[in-house]
Amino acid sequence: MDEIKRTSMAVLVDNQAGVLSQVTRLFSRKGYNIESLAVGTTDDPAISRITIEVLADEDHALLLSNQLRKLFPVHSVKLLSPQRSIRRELILLKVRAETGEKRTEVIQIANIFRASIIDVSTGSLTIALIGDENKTAAIQAILEQFELLELARTGIVAMERGLETITAETKERDEFNLGKNYR
Amino acid sequence: MELTGAQILIECLLEQGVDTVFGYPGGTILNVYDALYGYSDRIRHILTAHEQGASHAADGYARSTGKVGVCFATSGPGATNLTTGIATAYMDSSPVVFITCNVGENLIGKDSFQEVDITGISMPITKWNYLVRDVDELADAVRTGFAIARSGRPGPVLIDMLKNVTATKAAYEPLPKSEHAKHGMLRALRGRAAEEFKAPEPNEADIDALVDMIRASKKPMLLCGGGVVRSRAQEAFTRFAETVDAPVAITVMGGGGIVGRSPLATGMVGMHGTQASNMACDGCDLLIAVGCRFSDRVALKPDSFAAQAKIVQIDIDRSEINKNVRTDHHIIGDARAVLERLNRKLEQQDHQPWKDYVFSFKTETEYDDSPDKLTPKQIFQSIAKLLPPDTIVATDVGQHQMWAIQHFHFDYPGQLITSGGFGTMGFGLGAALGAKVGNPDKTVIHITGDGSFRMNCNELCTEEHYDIPVITYILDNRTLGMVRQWQNLIYEKRFYQTTLDRGPDFVKLAEAYGLRGRRVTNVEEFEAATREALEWGHGFVIDCAIDTDEMVRPMVSGGSHITQFLLD
Repeated sequence: MDEIKRTSMAVLVDNQAGVLSQVTRLFSRKGYNIESLAVGTTDDPAISRITIEVLADEDHALLLSNQLRKLFPVHSVKLLSPQRSIRRELILLKVRAETGEKRTEVIQIANIFRASIIDVSTGSLTIALIGDENKTAAIQAILEQFELLELARTGIVAMERGLETITAETKERDEFNLGKNYR
Repeated sequence: MELTGAQILIECLLEQGVDTVFGYPGGTILNVYDALYGYSDRIRHILTAHEQGASHAADGYARSTGKVGVCFATSGPGATNLTTGIATAYMDSSPVVFITCNVGENLIGKDSFQEVDITGISMPITKWNYLVRDVDELADAVRTGFAIARSGRPGPVLIDMLKNVTATKAAYEPLPKSEHAKHGMLRALRGRAAEEFKAPEPNEADIDALVDMIRASKKPMLLCGGGVVRSRAQEAFTRFAETVDAPVAITVMGGGGIVGRSPLATGMVGMHGTQASNMACDGCDLLIAVGCRFSDRVALKPDSFAAQAKIVQIDIDRSEINKNVRTDHHIIGDARAVLERLNRKLEQQDHQPWKDYVFSFKTETEYDDSPDKLTPKQIFQSIAKLLPPDTIVATDVGQHQMWAIQHFHFDYPGQLITSGGFGTMGFGLGAALGAKVGNPDKTVIHITGDGSFRMNCNELCTEEHYDIPVITYILDNRTLGMVRQWQNLIYEKRFYQTTLDRGPDFVKLAEAYGLRGRRVTNVEEFEAATREALEWGHGFVIDCAIDTDEMVRPMVSGGSHITQFLLD
């Protein structure tokens, strides 16, 4: 058994009712809890992009991607290696800050993280931050000294670095050749 | 021309060459049946006793003819009654198109009478499904559904449509089947999933690599799986086996992929595999599996399966590669196309010492035969003696199924109709009826057990009404034999809830349905009853009394190494 690690998959699908449940069903049926899920349309409004992250070893990630490719509403699937891709999510944190002193402190922390204050009321501040899970975990840990009222995250969206795209099937052949040990 | 949705649906069936539909009407599908009435000179509708029977009949029709089976059902319970049949077809890659109607647009999503989300329910058990909400997409959906069902690795498709879709008029442009791929959804799908609709060309380098592996092998072994049967690749497979000069084991789904009495055939492999098959899998240095997914009934213990061998998988479905067993090489493609390529490149090999070793083990189980009782082997020997050699055999699931595959030597793809993957008890009678409807010139028999037969014996009324002459052989041991066998061997003989000491009297049951039946207890009576059934020429039930404790041998228990025989 290979090492189990957090694996990102980007999936292009028809933007239709029921497609998301078809895709997620494949994961639940095999007992994978989806760690992160983000869905949105692409430059083509008929096509949505789903970014899914699960904890899986390399073999199982490959099997999952092969089975995803079999679904007719799925256009393409790409396993995104952490080294060669960028991964980001947006999180919103609502913090209780009822005094001027506390508000200043929260704003300073937000500035350090290059987060933005997107809402303010007499008792609270809401912060928006874009980053990967390390960065979002860090701000969350620091803000815990204040009362964290609510937290929402979009789920990770990911894309390969450089010129490679999900629609170029450049890596496919290599992926399928993984099981060939006859040489 | 302007037609109603129901008429468009039926015109689309005619485009596909459909002349037979199995089904059961109901409220929401009434428009379709009303339209079908107008086409009854061109499409024959077989009304079953239960939707499940219709689903198995369409499946049996598809498996035995190689054509796409078609099954109709109404919404709600009509649709859910299909689910076992859909799952059965899915697990065995059988091309069946299921057509269901749902409640109308104004009622959907309101928990209306007989409303159910059948596209949601059938999602994990169909290759593709679609809810038609607009009559303008109906023809496109049906054409796409048929293409998907029969292409690539075949499988079931479900098309659900709202009742108002079937009543609404719309323009219908006839389109010959050969043109379908150039239009609509199918065109888009083919554009991006070309391999699904046209099997990928086998990769030349992959073929060469396998040829080299075969040349290097001293002890090659072949597994003949359901893919050989589905692609009707018997000729190419047989030639391949002869050229490699390797023993061939069949899986349950692979029965008929090679002539059963071929000198290379070692019989079934796996849980109830023969000594020869299982020892060969364990001892070989090269295992080539064609159209086989190494299910848990074949590769009982994946880690130690064919541990001394390089494992090569030939499959049309990429996602099967390395799914259950880690392979060393694979070729993606249609079994026949791949084998033909291999045959062109490979020269005759000779492995006499290895074959001598493999065939020193038994290829068929022996029983204590006596004239006073019936053993499974006697039954199948008598059937082989009295019935035409091309008799189609449909089975249910359990001991009788294993005995049928062990002792009836299947000779061509489509001769054995059995629920291998899903193991559906109650599959056999419906499937046998479908097979007979699709093959009116062949003799069709239904091998069942008393447990399986009780499940869906209601289809005897279909058999009688349409006069579909099938001979049902009940291997009647008055117990749920396979489960009892496990209780006997693994659960310290606690025979709980498996004793079937109950009615009905199967002979009287056959008579109640207007058929004939006989109960037999020895070979002489068995053969007399079989002759009577053949002479009579209509549906016939033969209740064969066999020993309650007769077991399927050999047996390797689930998860054990393939040569650790629990029973010899």
